[in-house]
Amino acid sequence: MIEVKHIDKAFSGKKVLEDVSCNFETGKVNLIIGQSGMGKTVLMKCTVGLFEVDKGSVFFDNRNFSEMNFKERKPIRQEIGMVFQGGALFDSLSVEQNVMFPLNMFTTMTLKEKLERVNFCLHRVNLVNVNKLFPSEISGGMKKRVAIARAISMNPKYLFCDEPNSGLDPKTSIVIDNLIQEITEEFKTTTVINTHDMNSVIEMGEKIVFIYKGKNWWEGSYDELKHCDNQEVNDFVFASKVMQNMRK
Amino acid sequence: MLSRTWFEIGRYWLFMKSLFIKPEKFIVYYRQVMHELVSIGVGAVGIVALTSVFMGAVITIQSAYNLINPLVPIYAVGIVARDSIILEFSPTIIMMVLAGKVGSSIASEIGTMRVTEQIDALEIMGINSSGYLTLPKIIAAMIILPFVVLLSMFLGIIGGWLAGDLSGTVPSPDYIHGLQDQFLPFNIVFAMIKTVVFSYIITSVSAYHGFYTEGGALEVGQSSTRAVVYSSVLILIFDYILTQLILA
Repeated sequence: MIEVKHIDKAFSGKKVLEDVSCNFETGKVNLIIGQSGMGKTVLMKCTVGLFEVDKGSVFFDNRNFSEMNFKERKPIRQEIGMVFQGGALFDSLSVEQNVMFPLNMFTTMTLKEKLERVNFCLHRVNLVNVNKLFPSEISGGMKKRVAIARAISMNPKYLFCDEPNSGLDPKTSIVIDNLIQEITEEFKTTTVINTHDMNSVIEMGEKIVFIYKGKNWWEGSYDELKHCDNQEVNDFVFASKVMQNMRK
Repeated sequence: MLSRTWFEIGRYWLFMKSLFIKPEKFIVYYRQVMHELVSIGVGAVGIVALTSVFMGAVITIQSAYNLINPLVPIYAVGIVARDSIILEFSPTIIMMVLAGKVGSSIASEIGTMRVTEQIDALEIMGINSSGYLTLPKIIAAMIILPFVVLLSMFLGIIGGWLAGDLSGTVPSPDYIHGLQDQFLPFNIVFAMIKTVVFSYIITSVSAYHGFYTEGGALEVGQSSTRAVVYSSVLILIFDYILTQLILA
């Protein structure tokens, strides 16, 4: 389980997160939702240590990540897989080399073993015959899938996805959502997804954290969300006509 | 303005310190160094060769033009061309040309990796991103650029010889006599010391500016420009310091 306790984060004096606390449960898909600019990405980056928190702590299975230095964080970092908004694939490396990259850096596997693992991960995200292609030669949806393959190559305990559906068509979005859900169940990962896509919430929302004005405004399950009486939550969740009709 | 300068200097030294954390895997760094040797060294040969031949030719013809005096022997043109090329033109001017070519390339490469979250992806994996991206470039430049400068010296002298002989201003025997007269081998050593220092400046300053790029494509361009300007100014300052320390 990942526990976020009372974290604050400010940039140039402007508070982006204020006293945020929440838990991300093991083996579940945990969603961070909220409008753009409310602090979702900052919360995720504070959780994984890309931003240092000003106050508060983050615990990965009772290990205080916030108080660790670069060296102490390394073992935990190797248990984390992250899918970035734009994929963040290394442009100079092929798809195969991208997925193999963490294996090259942190394992003593032979080339044959690494290739087997790469092919397994690519097959797992339904990608075939793309090993030798470069990121510039594949579509946005394929880039996201390669990023997921790279993230799972080291068998992570924690999987973070920052807006995995942004820029994708609805059909591909569902494919990506299902893939993340399947991987969470299959590998028992603690998955944290940052999204403002309500389809993803419907598809995968087991545990939902609603961030509003830099605060943890509401927390609960999808069923609780449907019957929530919080004004800000309802304004966001039921903003579209589709969702309003669904509620009726 | 002054506080910003101190901030940049302090951050540069912290950046330098971060390069020397123990690498995750030496073999990966070794491969990166080999890759950079080709990228930095071989990639620079064309522009260096072209610049050197023509600058050698211009130095010879201008020296001949300025030394029309019955009291000055014609072979003095060879001495002037040799010393100008070895002491100043190849190690300083060529390195400033390389600050434009290699420096901007490093800054834009690392800057693009920053704005597309590729550096965040490295850090999430637990990799010392500054060391992984910068140290191989610094090592490779300090190894290969002295050879590039030696090539520049050779081509500059050849260019001068061809220009002097073909234009009839400095006959070959006089030029060759001038090249050999009062030759100090230490001048080559001095040029190599300068080249190694300038190689370090170009790669570290450019990588620093790329690494701390914030924003998008526009800021990548600005970082690249800043890298070239700062590298060039530092080359001029250190050229004076090294000349004063070693030759004065």
